[in-house]
Amino acid sequence: MYAVRRYAVRHARFFERLYNSFEPVMVFLDPIFRSMGYNRLERPVAAVERAVKGLLFDCQMCGQCVLSSTGMSCPMNCPKNLRNGPCGGVRQNGHCEVKPLMKCVWIDAWEGAARMKGGDKIQTVQPPVDRSLEGSSSWLRVAREMAEQKRATREAERHALAEAFSEARAEEPAAVPLAREPDAARPHREANESTTVIETAEAPQGKV
Amino acid sequence: MADLRPEDKLDPAGLTVPVPPGHRSNSRLERVLRSGRFAVTAELNPPDSANPEDVYEAARPLSEVADAINATDASGANCHMSSLGICSLLARVGYGSVFQISCRDRNRIAIQGDVLGAAVIGVSNILCLTGDGVGVGDQPGAKPVFDFDAISLLRTLRTMRDDGMFLSGRKITSPPKIFLGAAENPCIPPFETRADRLAKKVEAGAEFIQTNYIYDVDLFKRFMDRVRDMGLHERVFILAGVGPLASARAAKWMRTNVPGIHVPDAIIERLEGAEKQGLEGKKICIELIQKIREIAGVSGVHVMAYRREELVSEIISESGVLEGRHASDRRRRRAARATSG
Ligand code: SF4
Repeated sequence: MYAVRRYAVRHARFFERLYNSFEPVMVFLDPIFRSMGYNRLERPVAAVERAVKGLLFDCQMCGQCVLSSTGMSCPMNCPKNLRNGPCGGVRQNGHCEVKPLMKCVWIDAWEGAARMKGGDKIQTVQPPVDRSLEGSSSWLRVAREMAEQKRATREAERHALAEAFSEARAEEPAAVPLAREPDAARPHREANESTTVIETAEAPQGKV
Repeated sequence: MADLRPEDKLDPAGLTVPVPPGHRSNSRLERVLRSGRFAVTAELNPPDSANPEDVYEAARPLSEVADAINATDASGANCHMSSLGICSLLARVGYGSVFQISCRDRNRIAIQGDVLGAAVIGVSNILCLTGDGVGVGDQPGAKPVFDFDAISLLRTLRTMRDDGMFLSGRKITSPPKIFLGAAENPCIPPFETRADRLAKKVEAGAEFIQTNYIYDVDLFKRFMDRVRDMGLHERVFILAGVGPLASARAAKWMRTNVPGIHVPDAIIERLEGAEKQGLEGKKICIELIQKIREIAGVSGVHVMAYRREELVSEIISESGVLEGRHASDRRRRRAARATSG
């Protein structure tokens, strides 16, 4: 709804804070999500996400949410679907070139961003939308991606260690391990982290 | 396979010519800008025909005064000859072109392919535009594509050039040598963040900027103040867009019907008070060029007038922006003759 979404932009700071406390919870739950199966969760979570964000932001479920970088103004409501707006056609009254009765989505975005703590993120160049992800849950994607990033950093640390202590690595490999550890080897950490997921995550991503 | 004929081995687009150090392309426009001279570009409005002579007729007067000729891509969402078609005609006779790409009509597959196609025919300047909505054009029922926006398009083309890669990660064996540009509209809201958006375009890969029509010099000055504060004028060449107004009526019509054009009342009043409004429009345009030239951080002008290329050519000549340039060219030629003879 137009009025609600304008309200959300005016209270961008509040929604930013709300989301900032929500995101870590999702990432924390990643092991649980994985044991339940992301596949199985996709539809019900997407349905909830659609309802909540649809009401608040007129969310169009692009599946690649960037609200935190766009002042809580959903860029998919821009008739040109710009991910890096505004365009050069904004009317003198700040309304949209294509829909004269609507305030330009991107003027709202820059205003919303100015109210946010992390508003600078609007300066980041956003890629084009992957249309094949339309309709899927952005929340689950964030949980997966952030968890994956943490894992990757950990892997990188091990590589760095092995390089910095290459002699020790050659002589006492167990002191500078590099190979992937089975779950049972780390009983106190990541009890739910299954190796199979790591493997698929490390498979080549882009098709050639 | 038959042996190659000698003419097949030729390289009409000069693709094997190495790019000068510190340059991205062999573009004349880039050379002029990097050498610190005041650059001039002009817009060619594509014909509604399949006759090459129509293109050359419009291009000839511009070629005499411009470092590069912009081939518009269905601007205003009106269908005309394609910008790629125009660029290939211009390349045949050795005119520099700016290939305009709007995100409105083509998706990422088409655009990335077009860029390679353009590079092989010798296009070395590309202007990335978002494009007007389809509703303002002659075919409002068309499907608006907008797969990219100007900024994601810039970043994609830069990746193609610098990393030799399509957006899919697939390798490009001979990356295109292109000088990348974008548009900016300093005279429409949100005024406070227009310079920030310019910064974003530079971040995405823009090396030159051609602005939309500027009629409000004060507004533009304020924009440039902010640009200089941010140091952007040192990272991107800014060409200010100007054009003659045909009459007060036309100006008012444009202001209400063409997206993104702001004409201050003072200019409309001046036109209304003039005896010959067309002549006054030309005078105003020349004055604008001269005023804009004095603003620090401006690297050139981009002159546009819908299907009045002769007039554009006159305006550029009469504005005096090319004067120093010809003299230095003459001096250089004389020096070359002296050393060779
Ligand atoms: S005016 Fe604003 S909302 Fe309308 S198309 Fe341009 S950027 Fe999108």
